[in-house]
Amino acid sequence: MESRDKILELIKQNQPEAKSLPAVTINSVISFEDNYQQFKTVLESIGGKVELVDSIDAVKDIFLAETSSGKMVISTIPTFGEIDQKLSSYTAPQLEVLERAYLQATLGVAENGSVWLYESQMVNRLLPFICQHLVLVINKNAIVPTMHHAYQKIDVARDGFGVFLAGPSKTADIEQSLVIGAHGARTTTIFIVGS
Amino acid sequence: MKVGLFIPCYIDQFYPNVGIATLQLLEKLGCDVSFPLNQTCCGQPMANSGYASYDGGCDKNFVNNFSGFDYIVAPSGSCVLHVKEHLQDDANKEAALQIRSNIYELSEFLTDVLKVKNIAASFPYKVGFHNSCHGQRGLHLSSMTETVSPSFSKPLQLLNMVKGIQIMNPKRNDECCGFGGTFCVFEEAVSVKMGKDRIAEHDANEVDYITGVDVSCLMHMEGILKRNADKIKTIHIAEILNSQL
Amino acid sequence: MKDHASLAQEFITDEPRTDWHDETLWFVRQKRDKAAHGLPEWEQLREWASGIKDHTLSNLNTYLTQFEAQAKANGIQVHWAFDGEEHNRIIYDIIRKNNIERIVKSKSMLTEECHLNHFLQSNGIEIVDTDLGERIVQFRDEAPSHIVLPAIHLKKQDVSETFHKHLNTEKGNNDPQYLTEAARIHLRDKFVASQLAITGVNFAIAETGGFVVCTNEGNADMGAHAAPIHIACMGFEKIIPKAEHLSVFLRLLARSATGQPITTYSSHFHRPRPGQEMHIVIVDNGRSKQLGRKDFRNSLKCIRCAACFNTCPVYRRSGGHSYHTAVAGPIGSILNPNLDMKANADLPFASTLCGSCSNVCPVKIDIHEQLWKWRQVIVAEGYSPKAKTISMKIMSMVLARPAVYRFSGMMARKMMRLVPGLFKNKLNPWYKQREMPEAPKDSFREWYLKNKK
Ligand code: SF4
Repeated sequence: MESRDKILELIKQNQPEAKSLPAVTINSVISFEDNYQQFKTVLESIGGKVELVDSIDAVKDIFLAETSSGKMVISTIPTFGEIDQKLSSYTAPQLEVLERAYLQATLGVAENGSVWLYESQMVNRLLPFICQHLVLVINKNAIVPTMHHAYQKIDVARDGFGVFLAGPSKTADIEQSLVIGAHGARTTTIFIVGS
Repeated sequence: MKVGLFIPCYIDQFYPNVGIATLQLLEKLGCDVSFPLNQTCCGQPMANSGYASYDGGCDKNFVNNFSGFDYIVAPSGSCVLHVKEHLQDDANKEAALQIRSNIYELSEFLTDVLKVKNIAASFPYKVGFHNSCHGQRGLHLSSMTETVSPSFSKPLQLLNMVKGIQIMNPKRNDECCGFGGTFCVFEEAVSVKMGKDRIAEHDANEVDYITGVDVSCLMHMEGILKRNADKIKTIHIAEILNSQL
Repeated sequence: MKDHASLAQEFITDEPRTDWHDETLWFVRQKRDKAAHGLPEWEQLREWASGIKDHTLSNLNTYLTQFEAQAKANGIQVHWAFDGEEHNRIIYDIIRKNNIERIVKSKSMLTEECHLNHFLQSNGIEIVDTDLGERIVQFRDEAPSHIVLPAIHLKKQDVSETFHKHLNTEKGNNDPQYLTEAARIHLRDKFVASQLAITGVNFAIAETGGFVVCTNEGNADMGAHAAPIHIACMGFEKIIPKAEHLSVFLRLLARSATGQPITTYSSHFHRPRPGQEMHIVIVDNGRSKQLGRKDFRNSLKCIRCAACFNTCPVYRRSGGHSYHTAVAGPIGSILNPNLDMKANADLPFASTLCGSCSNVCPVKIDIHEQLWKWRQVIVAEGYSPKAKTISMKIMSMVLARPAVYRFSGMMARKMMRLVPGLFKNKLNPWYKQREMPEAPKDSFREWYLKNKK
């Protein structure tokens, strides 16, 4: 405890006079004519794929067709079928060969093409990262304009973990040339349900 | 309108023509200009090297020379910025503060105080404009590429009144030339590299002249141009605004 | 030790490479501009970010205490380290206690600042850096040269050679796609087998006791969710009051850093997963001292976006290693003198004070003004070279005395005309690559007296 108290004491001595917290008024921020269109444009510009579907069943059919491919494919979307009871305790060696994961996301953000995923939607925190290909589903009316709106809708501390995820994993660490598929998913496809 | 003309030390010594053009221009525009005879320097060379504490004598001399004018005008954004931010004289606090708020760089004096709408000058050349950092980012003589705000430029507003001139902007419109006061000698390698890179962009525009509001930047680029036998010449904005070619 | 000026001079010796470095980073700066100009509220966002950080710094004690309590309630173990050594020791103890041998680490400038890798190595423990750029420089036994783009000083040929040596990739295959794939395969094995993941922290939320880590590659998540133990290291200034403030910072961070609208992954950690151990190490290492420096405290608002690096005309032409510290660039030059004024006395002078850094900074740190102020402090504390002090003293005496000034000016001009060799020689750094200005016969004042009086 010694360092803790020492640090906090020094901070107390040295911190400046109280300054007030600015009010963040979000009615003055950017808005878009069509949140869906904006979301799609941005996400595609950062390497994501966007598909508009009328009903989630269309995605379910794709998932079901893929389960017989012989490769490891997992869905955590309840309506797609039963979720493996042990999924939450699977470790990295077990999930290493995961080809594709299907997850429901909470919302999408038009300004940056990201979606919010709660841990409960992943079931296992590794899923959206360790899979080779990631498939996410959101409702069209769950696309908000900006991050300010997004944080109003989510409770970041509800689950133990949550993530804003925007497109596939990428790096530009070699000569600034963009390479898709660094450590996480090589592709990210978002199915947007609605019309 | 009583205007005190401040000709910074190195302009006084090495670029008298810039001083002459400034004086003539201001007089043409109807100002009652005096040149206080005991002026020297604004103190910036010491202060920017970390020796602001040595500026007492310089500051006092500055205050002695420039108290009592309606305006003080200088053909150097950098020196004006220094005075605005740092001039102090404990024996004469009021006068120092007065000077800090009354001192203007030449082009902003023309656009903001004299509100010049036309200038009887002609300069039939291709001219590259160099945005000097202290004038631009310090005195806000023009908008900056980093910030999100409407674009404007006080010096260009003036240069555009000159007959026959063709203004060319370099590709990186507001990158530093690398002069930087004593930086130019203590960080000689980076300083010269920065200058060469600025010049290369003006070369690509095939300009006849590089101009700007700060003689120091121009002096640095002139030194490099001459060493490399580049045919581009440097010229201060006052000399263009005062010319009848 | 060599100073910035001489290290920069070495860097510039290879001019085409310097040009490449400059242009590559300028390209990043342009991407940042495009992203900033895409948001009409950009300047307002900066204002908010700056205000939130100012407020936080003024209530740091309260927010850190609140954060600690919340984090503990969330099941996270909280440690405090007064300096880098204690930080390293805390991590070492966790490693020892759990008999850990395989460690992965995602990017954390704090662990660089504390020299964690070096410390663990000297205790026989290997860490694998998993950010691609960091892995590259780690293989080469170099330090990162940029806080966001650690290997920006290297060309793909360099990476290819390094990977050929360490990962047995095809000799001469310089394709970034191919090289990245090789690293992906190599590092997947490390992730899957790891026993401990170390990450940095971008933001820590006082209200909820959680923290956010941002990456594009996904390496922080691969590590943290795979390993049974996760240690997150943070400087205490990473704290923000509430989760809703993340909106302001996440909107600014990636746009300022690379021009992306957001990083691929912005991961919010609040509780360990079942069976996992989660630790946070809160580090001071000079920060409380900096907080007490009125002129310099707001450097602690930094969110490490590196926009000031990318825009800095000096950084772009001198490379990160010329700053000889973990955090280079303009922000490094105002942070490092606080840590060791003598060793870093050169850094505040490695700038033309052009002010571009302050303009791009998303939290509105007055970087170039602090550089100017550090110069004053360094001189006052006696860390300026003697010769410089003497010449400045003489100069200030001359300039304070109009008659002496005029006489010296006149003499200097005369000498320049009569004995040009006095100035045109290799001891004069101005003259090395630049001509001297012409020395006119009359000064302006002399002309004025003849023509106007
Ligand atoms: S000082 Fe500002 S611009 Fe530089 S890294 Fe920090 S936040 Fe970014």
